[in-house]
Amino acid sequence: MEAFAQLYHDILAQPVFYLLAFVIIVAAMLVVTLKNIFHSALFLILTLFAVAGIYILLEAEFLAAVQVLIYVGAVAVLMIFAIMLTSQLTSTSIKQSNENVVIAFFICAGFLLSSLGSIPGTVWRLVETSLPENNTLALGKYLMTEYVLPFEVVSILLLAAMIGAIVLARRERS
Amino acid sequence: MFQYLALAAVLFAIGMFGVLTRRNAIGILMSLELMFNAVNINLVAFNKYIRPDELTGQIFALFVVVVAAAEAVVGLAIVLLLYRNWKGIDVDRINIMKW
Amino acid sequence: MLEKAFLIPLYPLFAFLVIVFFTRWKEKLSAYISIAMILTAFVHAVAVLFAMIGRHGVPFELSIPFITHPAMKLEIGMWIDPLTAVMFLVVAIVSGCVQIYSWGYMHGDPRWSRYYSYLSLFTFSMMGLVIANNFFMIFIFWELVGLTSYLLIGFWFEKKSASDAGKKAFITTRIGDLGFIVGLLLLMTYAGTLNYQEVFAKVSAGAIPMGILAATGIFVFCGAVGKSAQFPLHVWLPDAMEGPTPVSALIHAATMVAAGVYLVARVMTLYVGSETAAMVVAVIGLITSFLAASTALTQNDIKRVLAYSTVSQLGYMIMALGLYGVDMARDPHAHSVGYYAGTFHLMTHAFFKALLFLGAGSVIHAVHTNEITEMGGLSKKMKITTLTFFIASLSIAGIFPLSGFWSKDEIVAATSGHPIFMFFTLLIAFMTAFYMFRLCFLTFTGKPRDQHRYEHAHESPYSMTVPLMILAFLSVFAGWVGLPWLHHGFSSFVYHGEHMEHHPSYILMVVSTIVALSGIGLAYLIYYKKKISADALAEKFGFLYKLSYNKFYFDEIYDALIIKPLLGFTKVMWWFDGNIIDGLVNLTAWFTIKWADVKMWFDKWIIDGTVNGLGYICMAGAWILKYIQTGTVQFYTLIIMAAATGLVIYRVTPEGFFYYLAGIILVAFARLLAKIVRPARAKTGSNIEG
Repeated sequence: MEAFAQLYHDILAQPVFYLLAFVIIVAAMLVVTLKNIFHSALFLILTLFAVAGIYILLEAEFLAAVQVLIYVGAVAVLMIFAIMLTSQLTSTSIKQSNENVVIAFFICAGFLLSSLGSIPGTVWRLVETSLPENNTLALGKYLMTEYVLPFEVVSILLLAAMIGAIVLARRERS
Repeated sequence: MFQYLALAAVLFAIGMFGVLTRRNAIGILMSLELMFNAVNINLVAFNKYIRPDELTGQIFALFVVVVAAAEAVVGLAIVLLLYRNWKGIDVDRINIMKW
Repeated sequence: MLEKAFLIPLYPLFAFLVIVFFTRWKEKLSAYISIAMILTAFVHAVAVLFAMIGRHGVPFELSIPFITHPAMKLEIGMWIDPLTAVMFLVVAIVSGCVQIYSWGYMHGDPRWSRYYSYLSLFTFSMMGLVIANNFFMIFIFWELVGLTSYLLIGFWFEKKSASDAGKKAFITTRIGDLGFIVGLLLLMTYAGTLNYQEVFAKVSAGAIPMGILAATGIFVFCGAVGKSAQFPLHVWLPDAMEGPTPVSALIHAATMVAAGVYLVARVMTLYVGSETAAMVVAVIGLITSFLAASTALTQNDIKRVLAYSTVSQLGYMIMALGLYGVDMARDPHAHSVGYYAGTFHLMTHAFFKALLFLGAGSVIHAVHTNEITEMGGLSKKMKITTLTFFIASLSIAGIFPLSGFWSKDEIVAATSGHPIFMFFTLLIAFMTAFYMFRLCFLTFTGKPRDQHRYEHAHESPYSMTVPLMILAFLSVFAGWVGLPWLHHGFSSFVYHGEHMEHHPSYILMVVSTIVALSGIGLAYLIYYKKKISADALAEKFGFLYKLSYNKFYFDEIYDALIIKPLLGFTKVMWWFDGNIIDGLVNLTAWFTIKWADVKMWFDKWIIDGTVNGLGYICMAGAWILKYIQTGTVQFYTLIIMAAATGLVIYRVTPEGFFYYLAGIILVAFARLLAKIVRPARAKTGSNIEG
């Protein structure tokens, strides 16, 4: 294992990242431009998977697992349910993007460039310390001690969202 | 670290483009998910390279995931309602609050 | 009594006020009050005379100053000297006789109370004039006398000729008063005071330059020219006969016209100081006298004859006073009787002229006409009137021993040393005697020319004949106070400067008597005996006769030279006022209206425009800005993102931000224009989506 890790760190870390990055970007662009919304959803799932991979690269294993479980397993599936419920899948003749395309493109480009441009100007205080050994254990510990309040609040939030969704989406009594 | 930040920025820009451009309501929600993911990447990268001893970034990202999920749920419920009332979810047509 | 002499003018004033305010509707009571007051004044005047005699003629002055600025001092006061005392008496007697006479003459006149009130007011004015001690006060009363004479002459104002005569009198005397005012101003400027004594002191001291003194004398004389009907302002007196005959007697025989003579006598110091002024006075007096006498020769209206006679006699008095001034100016110690002659004749003339007028009034009352041509033979019917009238005529002609003889004689004596004056004076005396007896013979003797009138003629009531008798008595005897042999007669009482001894000149007495008798004789021949025909004489001297009969055309000359141009001028002024002045006013009004129009335009377009304009701007702005609300959430999100991006860019590169901003604005405008020009087509209901 040690050798594999060493191998990875020396040779494979960069190519893997680039591969994953490539997948993310391509898939994301496809998400925002495809006419067929179902295909869009599928590519979203791909993107989410790739992002989970990025998390693993960043030594956030628990988060990667959570990403797959929740985002892919719940949110994306939910979206597919909604797509199924609300649209006609097969029509591809209608333009998907609205009139603001050009402007939005430029704004986003501007944003991107300015964000990238801000990176060199900032003072990053990079450190070389390593993360805790057992990611999950550490996360759990932190969740229950320091961040217990947000934890509880988020649970209430989830409850509210659940109730809200049920109320909003129930069938009308006719 | 900078590659991760760059990746996150690109993903965020793409997601923003999608939010501003898509006509399908669910498409907008999906683009929104992209933006959330970009933010998460950023946070986790910060966590690894700037403050690794407390897992602040990862906790934050975790909460973002949860909240994004809840928000997606509510959003989709609204989309369902839209579909019921307007027989379509083209947001360009949902513009009666205008001049 | 002397201190209270100011009461003498106040008695008739009191009568005037009482009649005006209280007894207007009770005629008889008004007349009683008026007569009572004049009698009281007469009694007081007699007392004043005796007091003055007792003081041996020393004058008495009492005054109340009321403006005492150093440059101008005005006062109200009285100055009693022998001349004043004599004048008081004359005015009181004549006024009293006239008022008693009026009781009978004006009987039945609807405005009886007013008549008596005017008479009282006149008497008040005349007394005040006589009592004044300064020029200012005499001027006030001068004007008052003018006013009351206007009121009395125009008493029967329904007759146009009467009201015209009143106006003529007032205006003509006013012209004279203008000169009087100029004289007063000169006195004020050069003497600094208007008080008689102070002025005379200054003149005697030689403080006033000669030229100014002469001018002042002439100007002050202008007032006398107007009031005493001297040439050239004599035209009003004949017309003034339109008034009731008692009025003519009072005003135009005895008192008002005497005011001018009194003025000249009063300010004799001025004329003594300036030979030029005195000569002007004398010459005008002579001219007047001659003109009037020549006109009286041919008049047929009984009152006109008497009116011209008055003018002529006044001319005598003025001339005498003027000659006195000339003599004294040339030689301060000369022996000239002019002053004495003028003032003495003033007194005697008042009596017999008043008598003549009242007698004429009696005749007119009897036959109801003024024309001699309709009278004749009235001596049988009106004995008292005839007798008194003849007495007065003898007096005026100057027959011994009536009063007129003495005073006329003095006037002739006053002309000694001035041959031309003497010649004309005697000629005028001849004419005077002639026309007076022409009048007498034509009126009272011979066959009645109008039988109808003759039938109705009757003697007048006692109220009218008693004054006649009183005046006749005075006409005979009043002159005896001036007998030249008297040492303490009139001449020692009323004099100017120093008293001078008086020497009668027998030659002059004889000459003047011859002249008078020849005048009477000629009249007797023509009109009584009818030996010489009047008409033949008129034919022979045709041109002269016409001149005389038409009063030397004075009225016509004045009318053409003065009145018509003035009236023309007033027409021009009236046109000017109506068209130009009114035109200007109307123009201003027009401008105001136009200006109001401008302001309305301004208010409507600019003020309201501004207010409305603001509203329009708001609406225009909204019309542009409404496109921001597209209704789509994505658009709003777009804007938020654009702003956020802008912020980021700004933080990164401040200059890049401006490019970014420019780009955004350009795109926004492009989109806006596109939206305006081409509104979004309605999307064909797209339930379908890709």
